[in-house]
Amino acid sequence: MIRFVSLQNRQGKTRLAKYYVPLEDSEKHKVEYEVHRLVVNRDPKFTNFVEFRTHKVIYRRYAGLFFSLCVDITDNELAYLECIHLFVEILDHFFSNVCELDLVFNFHKVYLILDEFILAGELQETSKKAIIERMGELEKLE
Amino acid sequence: MNPFSSGTRLREMIRAIRACKTAAEERAVVRKECAAIRAAINENDQDYRHRNLAKLMFIHMLGYPTHFGQMECLKLIASTGFPEKRIGYLGLMLLLDERQEVLMLVTNSLKQDLNHSNQYIVGLALCALGNISSAEMARDLAPDVERLLQFRDPNIRKKAALCSIRIIKKVPDLAENFMNPASSLLKEKHHGVLITGVQLCTDLCKVSSEALEYFRENCIEGLVKTLRDIANSPYSPEYDIAGITDPFLHIRLLKLLRILGQGDADASDCMTDILAQVASRTESNKNAGNAILYECVETIMSIEDNGGLRVLAINILGRFLSNRDNNIRYVGLNMLMKAIMVDAKAVQRHRATILECVKDSDASIQKRALELVYLLVNESNVKPLTKELIEYLEVSDQEFKGDITAKICSLVEKFSPAKIWYIDQMLKVLSEAGNFVKDEVWHALIIVISNASDLHGYTVRALYRVFQASTEQESLVRVAVWCVGEYGDMLVNNVGMLDIEEPITVTESDAVDAMEVAIKCQRLGLTTKAMALIALFKLSSRFPSCSERIKDIIVQNKRSLVLELQQRSIEFSCILQKHQNIRSALVERMPILDEKTFSGRKAGSLPTAVSTSSIIPCNLPNGIGKPAAAPIGDLLDLSSDDAPPAPVSSGGDFLQDLLGVDLSPASAPSGTSQSPKTGTDVLLDLLSIGTSPSVQSSSSAIDILSSSHDNKAPVSNLNGLASHSSLSANATSPASSAGMMDLLDGTGAITQKHEENGPAYPSLVAYESSTLRMTFNFSRQPGNPQTTFIQATFTNLSPNVYNDFLFQAAVPKFLQLHLDPASSNTLPASGNGSITQCLKVTNTQHGKKLNRLEACWGSITLSSNHFGNFEYFGQGYIWHV
Repeated sequence: MIRFVSLQNRQGKTRLAKYYVPLEDSEKHKVEYEVHRLVVNRDPKFTNFVEFRTHKVIYRRYAGLFFSLCVDITDNELAYLECIHLFVEILDHFFSNVCELDLVFNFHKVYLILDEFILAGELQETSKKAIIERMGELEKLE
Repeated sequence: MNPFSSGTRLREMIRAIRACKTAAEERAVVRKECAAIRAAINENDQDYRHRNLAKLMFIHMLGYPTHFGQMECLKLIASTGFPEKRIGYLGLMLLLDERQEVLMLVTNSLKQDLNHSNQYIVGLALCALGNISSAEMARDLAPDVERLLQFRDPNIRKKAALCSIRIIKKVPDLAENFMNPASSLLKEKHHGVLITGVQLCTDLCKVSSEALEYFRENCIEGLVKTLRDIANSPYSPEYDIAGITDPFLHIRLLKLLRILGQGDADASDCMTDILAQVASRTESNKNAGNAILYECVETIMSIEDNGGLRVLAINILGRFLSNRDNNIRYVGLNMLMKAIMVDAKAVQRHRATILECVKDSDASIQKRALELVYLLVNESNVKPLTKELIEYLEVSDQEFKGDITAKICSLVEKFSPAKIWYIDQMLKVLSEAGNFVKDEVWHALIIVISNASDLHGYTVRALYRVFQASTEQESLVRVAVWCVGEYGDMLVNNVGMLDIEEPITVTESDAVDAMEVAIKCQRLGLTTKAMALIALFKLSSRFPSCSERIKDIIVQNKRSLVLELQQRSIEFSCILQKHQNIRSALVERMPILDEKTFSGRKAGSLPTAVSTSSIIPCNLPNGIGKPAAAPIGDLLDLSSDDAPPAPVSSGGDFLQDLLGVDLSPASAPSGTSQSPKTGTDVLLDLLSIGTSPSVQSSSSAIDILSSSHDNKAPVSNLNGLASHSSLSANATSPASSAGMMDLLDGTGAITQKHEENGPAYPSLVAYESSTLRMTFNFSRQPGNPQTTFIQATFTNLSPNVYNDFLFQAAVPKFLQLHLDPASSNTLPASGNGSITQCLKVTNTQHGKKLNRLEACWGSITLSSNHFGNFEYFGQGYIWHV
């Protein structure tokens, strides 16, 4: 199960943080800070998996953004690496060559996309096409 | 109308915040916006509600508190339009979590939305419920979600499936309700529904064993077929990732199969074909393929045994280990560590690759590989593996050296086939990385060396060679120093040469040189130097010709600023100068150290087997029962286990023992080379007596501590110390009686007594009973008024010979007491002979007098130790028992 998803830039600013487990606001900030510290200092030649408290964090860096997924210790790390990549592809498609600023100004849309992709800590849809189509339908209703 | 299309206000706010250069500026902007939003909420402003909530969410993401927005979310959710509901639910999920009571208020809205005609709104509700519902909400809304599992729209079905996962996690009792609908989801064609259905079934199995049974019986074939279809399916652009159709679905199916097959042989049988197919035919050049293979291997290792499949799985892991991608290597190593529990032999085949991974650049891979190697070692491969590891030790990073040495040392200890091999390996490890090994390791090495009697010569020569080569690794130096000290004679005389050794000529002088280097080298620490001092001391006995030179070296350390070194050198030189007769007994070859006793004694107490031959038997129960923490190091540092017959005494220590209180620094000790702790323990052993004397003495000793300046007239209060002022009065009193009173006073009376020494002090009978008489003769050296010499003479008045007679004494802390060794230990019966012993008492403080001398004596033939106080009172002595 995914416990939280977070997008942070190199300076530690959180661009997206979605939690599937209950945490106080202060705990959330602490977690984000710790994850950032863990992830930002790692050498690129190290693995993409880090132990974090009693779970593990799967992360990948795309340009200046770190996409981190905190999962249970028994989960398949390689699968979640693919999951992160799929999410990035969806964002890229939706925003047409996405950059960090897109994510900042359209944060509410990013959350909506995420909600179509992951629900209750599990994968909801594996087809990029399906998700983009759905987002289109929802946009029309606004 | 899209509130965001003209959402310049939101964008403006974001821009404004981003334009802030300092945190204070940002706070100001945020505060302004929050105020505006709060005002709008209070006024119930309808137009900009969405925008405001969006702004609030952004502010929340920056880290500011936004509790006042929670009710807004509820209001938005309760409104009728889709856009309002959408932003409301989004805000809800962001600003609240399941533990807040406010959430309960949403339950009603959720219920209505779950039954809404607009399926998009249903979707919104399912999403919110799935992400943050609490247990009560889950229970309330479960029936609605259940119904939605069969909704016509696949999007709703898949959301409902995931929402159900949350419900059964929160309320496991409801699991049974979802079993049937979940199993029908498994027959779906739509990938999204299928994958969510599979996940739901997986979680159902985890939560309810009934569900597990149900799925095991009914669904396995269906699942296997689905997996086969997926694996064989042609290219599908929608789900294709790196040439594989929907790897996520593959992985989920494999996971569910794993749970169903675990512990059940029939179920496992059904899966073997498809598992074999997936394992052998999946492309492994991309991450997606490897992810599937990884899951497949996990499944194979978890289900019931199928030899062929297991071999296949481990081969896949072996391939993982040689993959260039270090993520893959990492998961491969992880899996191998689990696999080794199941099938160690198969993993052994990949030993070489695993060893390669120990040399990897990534620290986490290195660590795991090392763990794995450690698990792989057995008696047959320990030698080559250790060799490899030691070779690697030489080139590894500093941070990693500690881990590797620890592992090598424990490997060597566990599996060593022969002592000589053990010693060789440990020497190599210590030469390479001795500074990283823990103390227990080199202690253990010394124990093994001590036990390998036929290898003593070999070991000491090897150590000598290494020592000559370098003194960088301190633990190696320590072991070398100890060995040279113990077995120096073997080194010089080439005793016990083995065939494999090359001859080496070491003279006694060379050995002493080596020890001198150890003492003088700046780099080496205190323990090493202390050990070197003892080693020299041992050598002085083993190499009599070098004795003078050794004495000189030791004497040089007498002025060392480090207490331990100073103490040792003083003690040793004292023995060398004055007590030659006991030296060889002190430094006899150490008995073989018992491995069991020492391995258990990490924080341990002094082994009760410390035997002292010529003292009152120490197998008296350790009366005070104080465990002396004497770590092995201290024990090995003792020059010998034999404490000499010279009594152990110092006033402070004595009182310290009685009261368990640290009173005075150890005064100039007598001949034993004791570390303070072991010294007092020996003392305790000796003095383990009944409680009454100790009670009495402790009370009187406390009086020494507590009372200060009472007692002007020395006669009245026997327990007090004389005060300063009274002394000067006494100082002028006439010679002989005053002489006694001022016996040990360093001031006033000096001038008077100056000419009088020796004969001016009459001897006195300190104690007399039917069995024993003690006589004290006092004298002082001219020019040294602070020191008084007491010659004690003991005469045996009983008809029995006293063997091993021992006398000890203690004084208050302002005095220093030194006991010379007695003239003999045997007191012939009936006054036919006597023992004399010199006591030297030094008064370090002017103006204080000795009022009390506590003493105890005993021998084997006396039935118990006697323990008593002498109190000086005028010219007489009162004996308290």
